[in-house]
Amino acid sequence: MEFTLDLDRQQIEKIEKILDEELIELGVINVILLDLAGNVIINLDNGSTQHDVYSLAALAAGNFGAVSAMANLIGEQEFSLLFHKGETDSIHFSKVTDDLLLLSIFGKEVSLGFLRLKVSEAVRKIESLFG
Amino acid sequence: MALINPKKKEVQVKIVYYGPGRGGKTTNLEYINQKFKSRIKAEMVTVKTYGDRTLFFDFLPLDIGSINGYDIKIQFYTVPGQVKYNATRKLVLRGVDGIVFVADSMGLRREMNIRSLQNLEENLRSFNKDLSRIPLVFQYNKRDLAAHNIALLPLETMQQDLNAKLNAPYLEASAITGDNVALTMKKIISITIGSLKKKLEEK
Repeated sequence: MEFTLDLDRQQIEKIEKILDEELIELGVINVILLDLAGNVIINLDNGSTQHDVYSLAALAAGNFGAVSAMANLIGEQEFSLLFHKGETDSIHFSKVTDDLLLLSIFGKEVSLGFLRLKVSEAVRKIESLFG
Repeated sequence: MALINPKKKEVQVKIVYYGPGRGGKTTNLEYINQKFKSRIKAEMVTVKTYGDRTLFFDFLPLDIGSINGYDIKIQFYTVPGQVKYNATRKLVLRGVDGIVFVADSMGLRREMNIRSLQNLEENLRSFNKDLSRIPLVFQYNKRDLAAHNIALLPLETMQQDLNAKLNAPYLEASAITGDNVALTMKKIISITIGSLKKKLEEK
């Protein structure tokens, strides 16, 4: 059997720390780092939510793949901003590496612009961990 | 490609139900969902079109207990069987650990079974994977239709068409009545987990 990411405990803790400092402290409700097979690698939340993260990850991976295929059809490599806006909560997707996605669920009190800034900061820090 | 989380002591394993359209893949998962309700914490996710056909995939997570202190989470997926949805099938196959091929036993569907299996092999090849090296179980579904005087493919024909080279375990089943559905699931889990055990022992 092959394995996707073989992260050790320390690596997981480092990534959790980055996501906590950059996103949860900003007011993000739920952050999920997942791979494109739909596995949940890391899941952090603000303690006041009970989202079904495994189903969210499965659908997010499928959705990201579908949108990337749409991008290719119109001659784009990918769409860099993927964002679903809801009445109270919204979802933002960001690619971390070729195989990793970061999904952030946030409420109205967090501005999309600021979230994008913080997500790209977090992505940059996580990328540097993978060298 | 199973995912191990050493901090949460958790392993996620991806098992995909593959096969031709209207073959009973979703029905398999619906039966499992109903039968093992107590172990399933989440709702089954299903994305369907108007005609009740799977558009994207179905998703069902199942906790099967622990091995070497690691909680094993099985993630079941189905693919959309219709020919036109091949892009989605490829997406779902990404990172697959084990496959159940649900073949339709109806005489009229013989060609469709063969084509779907060829499609599976082609899609795996695009990920540089070889079907003969992936845990696989064949389920010959709809055997209950024999009682309704519907012409079914003989077991030997289906074995010859699909499983002659692969020589994978196979079961005759009826997803609609639940006959051998749980057994198919147990079979694929036990084969898939077999190789996982070794890896966990090394940890």
